[in-house]
Amino acid sequence: MTQVATIADSYAEQFGRFKQQTALPGALASLRDEAFSCFERLGFPTTRLEDWRFTNVAPIAETAFVAQVAQSEGTDHTRLDFDALHLPRLGGPELVFVNGTFAPALSTTDGLPAGARARSLATVLAKHDVDDEDGAEAVASRLGQLARIESRAFTALNTAFLRDGAVIEVPPGVVVETPIHLLFVTRSHTASVLSQPRVLLVAGENSQVRVVESHAGDGETPYLSNTVTEIVAGDHAGVDHYTLVREADAACRVGSLHASLGRASNFSSHTISLGGAFVRNEASVVLGGEGAACTLNGLYLANGRQLVDNQTTIDHAQPHCDSHELYKGILDGRSRGVFNGKIIVRLDAQKTDAKQSNKALLLSEDAQVTSKPQLEIFADDVKCTHGATVGQLDEDSLFYLRSRALSHEQARQLLIHAFAADLLGHIKVEAIRRQLDALLLERLPVGGA
Amino acid sequence: MLEVRDLHAKAGDRQILNGIDLTVNAGEIHAIMGPNGSGKSTLAGVLAGRNGIEVTAGSATFQGNDLFALEPEERARAGVFLAFQYPVEIPGVNNAYLLKAALNEVRKYRGEPELDAMDFMTLIREQMKLLEMDDSLLTRPVNAGFSGGEKKRNEIFQLAVLEPSLAILDETDSGLDIDALKIVAGGVNAMRSPDRAMVLVTHYQRLLNYIVPDFVHVLSGGRIVKSGGKELALELEDRGYGWIETEPAAV
Ligand SMILES: Nc1ncnc2c1ncn2[C@@H]1O[C@H](COP(=O)(O)OP(=O)(O)OP(=O)(O)O)[C@@H](O)[C@H]1O
Ligand SMILES: [Mg+2]
Repeated sequence: MTQVATIADSYAEQFGRFKQQTALPGALASLRDEAFSCFERLGFPTTRLEDWRFTNVAPIAETAFVAQVAQSEGTDHTRLDFDALHLPRLGGPELVFVNGTFAPALSTTDGLPAGARARSLATVLAKHDVDDEDGAEAVASRLGQLARIESRAFTALNTAFLRDGAVIEVPPGVVVETPIHLLFVTRSHTASVLSQPRVLLVAGENSQVRVVESHAGDGETPYLSNTVTEIVAGDHAGVDHYTLVREADAACRVGSLHASLGRASNFSSHTISLGGAFVRNEASVVLGGEGAACTLNGLYLANGRQLVDNQTTIDHAQPHCDSHELYKGILDGRSRGVFNGKIIVRLDAQKTDAKQSNKALLLSEDAQVTSKPQLEIFADDVKCTHGATVGQLDEDSLFYLRSRALSHEQARQLLIHAFAADLLGHIKVEAIRRQLDALLLERLPVGGA
Repeated sequence: MLEVRDLHAKAGDRQILNGIDLTVNAGEIHAIMGPNGSGKSTLAGVLAGRNGIEVTAGSATFQGNDLFALEPEERARAGVFLAFQYPVEIPGVNNAYLLKAALNEVRKYRGEPELDAMDFMTLIREQMKLLEMDDSLLTRPVNAGFSGGEKKRNEIFQLAVLEPSLAILDETDSGLDIDALKIVAGGVNAMRSPDRAMVLVTHYQRLLNYIVPDFVHVLSGGRIVKSGGKELALELEDRGYGWIETEPAAV
């Protein structure tokens, strides 16, 4: 039997056991069955697939990860345990998950305004009753609507093991002032942990909310953090979303974010990747209401043999929508960056204004980046621009700074920081921006393995 | 303060400097003039440590130390300052941040305590007035979008704040209108001191009306072909460079 087949068996066996242990409300129970058969049918993606051409998932496909099912996990941790993970402290509502499981003792919802809710998915599903007082039905019916399982193996895998995660609901007109922090920590010390939290964010009409997802981990055993986030922004809603990836050195991450935007809503996503051996961030946004606007920004720092792959899809389905996309990578060592930016402008989406830009700064000769814009434009009265640049640090700038008494190292850091400055300027969560400033100015390692 | 002996240097594959001798003492102002492409910026660059210039023969000492053994930042800390002919635009680096970092590096080298943001702002107020620097130039990125005149003023402003022992000004006057030239010259004159030497690279006598040099040198073909007092600049203004190149290069 081949290794891949063994691993397929391992997932089948785990899924069988998981179903026995974890009850789900009817519709979701059939969704997970369907999801697992999709996963079995699709298998892990290969580089023959267009969206995976430059990203080989062998490190994931060849490891027998262990899906986390225990509910008790995480209760024996303290917030202090996470200090070494360099996570920002936002001082507002914070839901903490350890290996995909909600840790109530470490979490707080203090600071949420009346009406807004931030709950664990497991809690919501457990309360699923006939009266549906807690809106579990609504939650269940939303799951899987945006994150489709039919052609995405990782989404199918996440959905098959659907169990816990975060559900955030902001009713119409409610403004959540402090950012809501979702902290996903994977601790993988012995077994190769498969952590698969799910996030659902529903922002009602004319509401405003800012959510920060921090993904981090420790331990030397490779783990896979396979996360799915679904965001529904109602008409005129304002949603800012941050994904901060600080996974452990040996870790793999596949994270996919799906957002659907209502009329005249405003959505921004900032994906900041700082750690992990294999990091794949997928973001796909449907501009589904007239006049919606979306910003997709991304910043990644890679070193050693890290791979960071950003895949974005922006679907202009309605007229008068704007999208701005800016991704920047700083690559050192033998690291690799992949950017694939798809923009679809549907026939009806006249007056679309779409800008895409992808820039990479290579700090070593062995670092590499692959960039692929994909524009599919069916409307005729639209503005679409895209550009990609790859460069090194500018020698004249380096000399100028050194002639002003700055050391070579200082000059280099300052220019690296300058490269990212416009993206940093867009980060509205002070704690994250301060952390990135410090990281870029002081601690970015030189050279690399 | 600065002793350059028989300096030969290449930029890229081209031999540009062909035996420069130059002695600059504390308190002196030297003007270096010469046609386009004669090697003036290359000389200024090699003294400041510009990358891409290779010294093929000769030497330069600064305050008795081998200048070429020092990294550019070590030269800057020791008191060599180059005002660039073409100041580099650096988007994303704040002008005040750079100047404060530069000043603190220099202060560290001199054994003085580093300044915090408040003390720094107090200290630079006077120099800002002297060079009529607008506050907004401080908060903007280094030289990015500055006009030609603003860039040059920013260079002299840095000079005034960093107080080097040896200032090399590469065509600080070019691109300046008469008002800006007066401001810049005023800034440079305010920096004149018995402990400080300056080397002014210029094409025009005009600057030398405001900053009167002690010596004038003509650089041509990578060599100093004539040296004299301030009258030499006037003569060059009248007669151009042609007559010198035909004369034997005896000084
Ligand atoms: N890296 C290089 N490779 C090849 N040639 C170079 C390089 N740098 C400078 N040069 C050439 O060397 C010569 C001297 O240049 P330099 O800039 O020193 O002249 P300059 O006297 O300052 O001229 P200007 O008055 O125009 O500023 C020029 O012909 C220039 O094109
Ligand atoms: Mg020049």
